[in-house]
Amino acid sequence: MVMLRYAVYRFFTMLLTLVVVSVLIFVIINLPPGDYLSNQIAELQASGQSAGVQKAEFLRKEYALDRPIWEQYLIWMGFWPGPHGFDGLLQGNYGWSFEFDRPVAEIVGDTLWLTVVVNLAAILFVYAVALPLGVIAAARSRTWIDYTSAFVGYLGLATPNFLLALILFYYGHQYFNLPIGGLMDPSFEGQPMSWDKLKSILVHLIVPTFVIGTSGASAMMQRLRANMLDELGKPYVETAIAKGMSPSRMLTKYPLRVAFNPFVADIGNLLPSMVSGSVLVSVVLGLQTIGPTLLTALKTQDQFLSAFILMFVALLTLIGTMISDILLVMLDPRIRYEGRDA
Amino acid sequence: MTALLSVRDLSIGFGAGESVVKGVSFDVDAGQTLALVGESGSGKTISCRAALRILPRTAQIRSGTITLNDSNGSVDLTRISERQMRDIRGNRVSMIFQEPMRSLSPLHKIGNQVSEVLWLHRGASEAQARKEVLTQFERVGFPDPQRAYDSYPFELSGGMRQRAMIAMAMVARPELLIADEPTTALDVTTQAQVLGLIKELQRETGMALILVTHDLGVVANMAEQVVVMHKGRVMESGAAAPILTSPAHPYTQQLFNAAPCIPDENAVGIPMSDEDMILEMKDVSKTYTMRSSRGWQGERLIHACRGVDLKLARGKTLAIVGESGSGKTTAARIALGAELPDPGGEVLFRTSATEDPITVHHMTRAQRTAFQRKAQMVFQDPYSSLSPRMRIQDAMTEPLEIHNIGTASEQRDKAADMLKRVGLNADMLKRYPHAFSGGQRQRLSIARAMMLDPQLIVCDEPTSALDVSVQEQILTLLENLQDSLNLSYLFISHDLAVVARIADEVAVMRRGLVVEQAPPETLFYNPRHPYTKALIAAQPEPDINRPINLKLVALGAGSPDSWDDAFRLTDSVIPSLVEMEPGHKVRCHV
Repeated sequence: MVMLRYAVYRFFTMLLTLVVVSVLIFVIINLPPGDYLSNQIAELQASGQSAGVQKAEFLRKEYALDRPIWEQYLIWMGFWPGPHGFDGLLQGNYGWSFEFDRPVAEIVGDTLWLTVVVNLAAILFVYAVALPLGVIAAARSRTWIDYTSAFVGYLGLATPNFLLALILFYYGHQYFNLPIGGLMDPSFEGQPMSWDKLKSILVHLIVPTFVIGTSGASAMMQRLRANMLDELGKPYVETAIAKGMSPSRMLTKYPLRVAFNPFVADIGNLLPSMVSGSVLVSVVLGLQTIGPTLLTALKTQDQFLSAFILMFVALLTLIGTMISDILLVMLDPRIRYEGRDA
Repeated sequence: MTALLSVRDLSIGFGAGESVVKGVSFDVDAGQTLALVGESGSGKTISCRAALRILPRTAQIRSGTITLNDSNGSVDLTRISERQMRDIRGNRVSMIFQEPMRSLSPLHKIGNQVSEVLWLHRGASEAQARKEVLTQFERVGFPDPQRAYDSYPFELSGGMRQRAMIAMAMVARPELLIADEPTTALDVTTQAQVLGLIKELQRETGMALILVTHDLGVVANMAEQVVVMHKGRVMESGAAAPILTSPAHPYTQQLFNAAPCIPDENAVGIPMSDEDMILEMKDVSKTYTMRSSRGWQGERLIHACRGVDLKLARGKTLAIVGESGSGKTTAARIALGAELPDPGGEVLFRTSATEDPITVHHMTRAQRTAFQRKAQMVFQDPYSSLSPRMRIQDAMTEPLEIHNIGTASEQRDKAADMLKRVGLNADMLKRYPHAFSGGQRQRLSIARAMMLDPQLIVCDEPTSALDVSVQEQILTLLENLQDSLNLSYLFISHDLAVVARIADEVAVMRRGLVVEQAPPETLFYNPRHPYTKALIAAQPEPDINRPINLKLVALGAGSPDSWDDAFRLTDSVIPSLVEMEPGHKVRCHV
């Protein structure tokens, strides 16, 4: 009951935050002087092409760029009627990309869920690697296991991702016949989902997951190790030993449970850092994720495209934080019962 | 008859260093209680932990044997494998620890943590274990075992958590229980009840007990055999009665002399004079609003102090006594201006008898600076109240720097002078705090508080983290300083014996209210309030003929609505503080 109330409460605060974030995104994108169209008009006027100017002027009206910024925002979100009535994000219209001259929805299309897939895979990788290694490093602290894992971890942190990507590419292809570049075999692009397509995607995911996840995993591992070491010194660990528990059972039941909290709390933060961190990797590996598109959009002041992508990343982050908050409340009774009468 | 546990020539050391336990031997018979007594660093804890091999990683058992001789046969606990050891831990020999607050995992339900012992050693099913644990919970005195089973540790008070720990240690019916300072972290009344419980369970089950403690009062109440340890060696051992009545070894005698006790001779205390009040607290209340950090939970009020009226005469000591949560520290913080009282309350401070008083909570900037120079504080924990990264000299001169007093060399001289005053050497100025023992650190804290030549010092449990012999030294130091400098102390403590020694006036607090107030002689000889009586009764005396009177403790230490009609306290009805005889006030209905 407490949980359900909290989840509902948390959901509504997330929606509220999302609205605030949308305002910020819109304002920040509009902060630099000019927009895509006014830049283009200036350019066209300078070269005397009046037909182009007319088209650009038409687009300006069409997308309400001639109105005050707060009105632009409300129209973009779909809170306010634009030239075509209510037609914004809320109504499912993601806007128009001037740079690519196509609807935003069409451009991002597939890359949206591919981004989610790549990053989810990377996060799973981070957790799958960091959890056991962190625990073992802590339990065997100051032994060769600890030192080796720390060494490998620092290597992982210090190597630039794109370099790692290039190296893995070469050797992965040479020795394991892993495919180079892309997220699926080109023949499957635009095809409906099928067993073969899924298999192709999974094989293509191996290298990117490893590359994007390595530094996150080593950072996470070190943090878990430090947390575990803190917990291992606590008296309740002694109590558990005095009960006659075996070391492995004791470790996983008691200190790990407590050390796990920051681990869970990180889910929300991992997502955005992976999306922005993976831009370079995506470029190098030729992944059709949203990162490179965002980069282009921001460079050319393609405002609807960049605003939509940023909104999407913000949404992912907020959902991530919400999930981790709810998980924390489930995991830690101290948070759940805070303020409850004892 | 062979002893249940017999320790022979046990030596334990860390790394390559000298042994910290040197050739220790003792025996515990079935059903018997053995007390290991000593001050911190005496090796008492390490020796008893060696029995279960729960030692720090760098510690090694260098020589000796620990033989367990129970109904399952005889084993040498220093030789068996880790796997065999596991079968003994919690099953044949179990252990309870000092800090019930931290000795249970905060994230698992109590029932789960206790049942685990049965899952491990008996292969019990969830339901079987639950049934047995509930019975055990009832025996250790949980009013509602079902509820306790499904509670988390943070939902229980310290005493209840220690009961849960005891239940955990007892549920597999071990033949030997090792209790490492099981009541040191608890309030006196709770301590009395927990000790009573352990004794009763021991009678029922016939298990043996090794009780590690520094408190001779606890020893007198519990033990049949005593082993006194000092610096890793056994000083004296044998039956409790002779050792406690006529200690043979000088070290044991020294321990006895240092232990403060509550006087019980008939003496009439002289009430504090009304003439020169350095500090006056008038109708001070403090209400905290607990607002949850989440929007979906309401707020509630906590009354930390309610209508506290206290006066401290210049050059005297006023002690506030009470259990944790009684509001004594809040009162002290308000007196120092660190906390604002609720509207209506007022704290007055006078620098001299002739001057107008300053209202502590409505001071101008200049007045505040002047007040801070006159009123200082000494804290409870000497280990965390000195910055480990500051040299003693810097820590000592910092107050002078803040108040811009003197040149650097004058400040240094003053610091050196102060160190001598508190019994340390001036050449210690360049050291860092880690180079000092607990008692020395408390001297440093006192020296630091004295640097500004204050008139009033608030001492918040200044000796409760220290060994008895060190406590004795610190109390003497405080007394000497008071005599030579005419200092006034506001002394916060939970220990009546300490208070009996140092205070000129004692106020007993419970639930934010002063329930009884009198000079110590009057209070201890003629306590009126059931709570004061319980506090006095609960104080363990190092006298084997004066066991704790648990009935008196239970009468007064319970909830205030269980007190006698004359004293009953409910949320709505609060009796007023009545002067029964000159200088002796009791909160009761007349």
